[in-house]
Amino acid sequence: MDAPAVIAAIRFGHGRRPSDPVPPDPAAWLEAQLAPGLPGPALPADLPTTLRAVFLAQVEDAASARAGMGRPNGRRIATEEAAAAVALAIESPNGLRERLVAFWTNHFTVARAKVGPLVGVYVRDAIRPHVTGRFEDMLLAVVRHPAMLSYLDNQNSIGPESPSGQRARRGLNENLAREILELHTVTPAARYTQADVTNFAKVLTGWSFIAAREPHGFEFRARAHEPGDKTVLGRTWPEGEQGGVQALTWLARHEATHRHLATKLVRHFVADDPPPEAVRTVFAALRDTRGDLAAATRALIRLPAAWSPPLTKLRTPSDYVVAVLRAVEAPGDQADRMAVGTMNYLGQPLWGARAPIGWPDVAADWAAPETMLRRVEWANGVSARGAGRDAADVAEATLGPLVRPETLRAAARAGSAREALTIVLTSPEFHRR
Amino acid sequence: MSHLPAFGRRAALLGLAAAMTLPRARVAFADAPGEARFVVVLLRGGLDGLFAVQPYADPALRDLRGPLALPEPGQEGGLLDLGGRFGLHPRMTNLHAMYTANEALVVHAVAGNWRSRSHFDAQDMLESGADQRLASGWLNRALSAVPARPGAQHNGLAVGTDMPLLMRGPTAVANYAPRGSATPPPDLLARVAELNAADPVTGPAIAEGLRIRGYAVSTLGDAAAMRPQPGGAFRALALSAGRLMSQPDGPRVAAFELGGWDTHAQQVNRLNGPLFQLDEGFGALKEALGDHWRRTAVLVVTEFGRTVRVNGTMGSDHGTGGVAFLLGGAVAGGKVGGNWPGLAGNLFQDRDLAPTTDLRTIAKGLLRDHLKLSPQAVARAFPGSDAAAPLGGLLRA
Repeated sequence: MDAPAVIAAIRFGHGRRPSDPVPPDPAAWLEAQLAPGLPGPALPADLPTTLRAVFLAQVEDAASARAGMGRPNGRRIATEEAAAAVALAIESPNGLRERLVAFWTNHFTVARAKVGPLVGVYVRDAIRPHVTGRFEDMLLAVVRHPAMLSYLDNQNSIGPESPSGQRARRGLNENLAREILELHTVTPAARYTQADVTNFAKVLTGWSFIAAREPHGFEFRARAHEPGDKTVLGRTWPEGEQGGVQALTWLARHEATHRHLATKLVRHFVADDPPPEAVRTVFAALRDTRGDLAAATRALIRLPAAWSPPLTKLRTPSDYVVAVLRAVEAPGDQADRMAVGTMNYLGQPLWGARAPIGWPDVAADWAAPETMLRRVEWANGVSARGAGRDAADVAEATLGPLVRPETLRAAARAGSAREALTIVLTSPEFHRR
Repeated sequence: MSHLPAFGRRAALLGLAAAMTLPRARVAFADAPGEARFVVVLLRGGLDGLFAVQPYADPALRDLRGPLALPEPGQEGGLLDLGGRFGLHPRMTNLHAMYTANEALVVHAVAGNWRSRSHFDAQDMLESGADQRLASGWLNRALSAVPARPGAQHNGLAVGTDMPLLMRGPTAVANYAPRGSATPPPDLLARVAELNAADPVTGPAIAEGLRIRGYAVSTLGDAAAMRPQPGGAFRALALSAGRLMSQPDGPRVAAFELGGWDTHAQQVNRLNGPLFQLDEGFGALKEALGDHWRRTAVLVVTEFGRTVRVNGTMGSDHGTGGVAFLLGGAVAGGKVGGNWPGLAGNLFQDRDLAPTTDLRTIAKGLLRDHLKLSPQAVARAFPGSDAAAPLGGLLRA
């Protein structure tokens, strides 16, 4: 196997399963994954999976909780959604697609601790359909989604001058508006002020959702919406739901947003310190296509810097878990729960980022001594299940020419097949993507 | 394997293990295994039998082994005496106490029916019980001849995160792993640390992690390495196995393993931890089995021994003849069995301890006399082993 085929799978995917076919043209293989409509996670047939069904299950849970019987639906939905998402990552032949889903889910972080049963449907409805679509469509889908509205507290943000605001002594909540500006779109580079944040929060007043009755999802509550025009970053947005749609669309197409997204994409897929030239290239793709994420990804794939070994990015714990399980050909449906638990143990619980900024994306944040030791210990446990597998074969199939001779020598000298496999799975090169 | 008949002839010429071939009365097979408990411990990585059990009276030992020859019994840090010719590593105090109580038998110059110095091949054959790797292990096939007990657990139990080949096969066996049992042996951690050492990201992190956890002392060869390691994981494994086996409806036969024996460098330091852990495990097993200890035989085996001469990095390389331990209240212990080939001028391929006892003869003797298996069942467990007749005399009369 030659280097480009391995790099394509490692840098842009979750690593190779040894039985994966070797793509004759790795870049074309990656680009084929940008086609819309690739399959999502396989969920149990009886699981509430639509927004409506999840909300109805939560209504049942509320009754059950009142009766002192806990919230069985919510727990089950969160668990099964997480398991199915990880199973897909472990088994999918479309590694780039799954990496993109993970990247954008992290960009638009919502936390399982706060909105557990909604995260699965959020990722499937607001993120997954848009990872190769237009950024503004993803942004709109995200901001309208009850998971995000609830996570950043916008459903109860009330315009002070609105009918609801006049009646009750409740008012603005700036949380969602601030994070959209700071994290999701233009960033402080756009030099927005506190007045911009407050005004944008007013723009988004009334953006809420209804859980227990129709429409079981997003609803613009005109009575909570702040009346009048609002000025954000020097632009004036009209009253009403359309003002918010227009403002978000404008923010999505903002040059500062494109620069921010380009930097994050290059940092994620190429190097902790994003090469400025690569950032410029991806930025130009976003600017010229008005935020076409397929075009941005294609630009990433075509970066010469993306194909030059050695790979320097450290796999995050969740990437590492998936890569190891793929390397030993773990079946997704058997590995999913173990994988989810291991991501907890290794410090990166699935959908569990501790703040709206999401998980960090540089090695220094993930190379904690205890975490690295835990990786070794866990890999050694997996190697027991994979024992009998020839370590050199696994190295060839998953790392190809990227495996270092000293790793192969150490594996050959190992005390058992299991130890040899542990050595390959804990080598510096296997920790990289 | 072609060397087998030669080994058989050679063994016969040497009067192999004559002391242990006493015939033993047979008991009704239908009761198999009755209340007998049988444990197999696999030491993966090739334990240096000459280091664990040192023939301190052999005049060639110190010349050949240099720093790997420990002080004689009675001296500071010296061996634990096994009756005037052999001494046990000082970290193995539980085993020594069992030996003194006639509950432990050491068989020296043991080897399997292979001459491969590949860990992987040797372990496959050790566990398959055949001349080549089979899909099932000898202990699993042996268990197929042991009647299931209605309402009880499976007779066989694999303890640990792995189902070793030894226990794989047509007979259903249980698998149980106590918490923390996936902990890699210190030696493996040391290798991983070494392999990552030059990496600017993973290297310092792993080294620091090891330092924090206190592994570095014994694994990386610090001068303070004589301090015993906590060794908690293997002890927990042995305790679990013993407790489960002491239940009335619990398993009768268990297998588990301990790694960390592949000591190509700094062997004096690097074996302290594993030997101590192993010995702690022996103690824990006896403790947990309680009254059942007297009905127990524990067979401790490794895939091969190591080179007799110390290598250039104060360790030893893959060799041939090694050691096997047999312990338990059912064992006729208190002696070093086998046939000592001597060191001077008699090394196998001028390199390894010459093997004089075929490992299969010990295992087959235990299947026959301890688990009360029929000759047919013993033969099924070890196909193609007619030349290796079951050893008698391993158990108390």
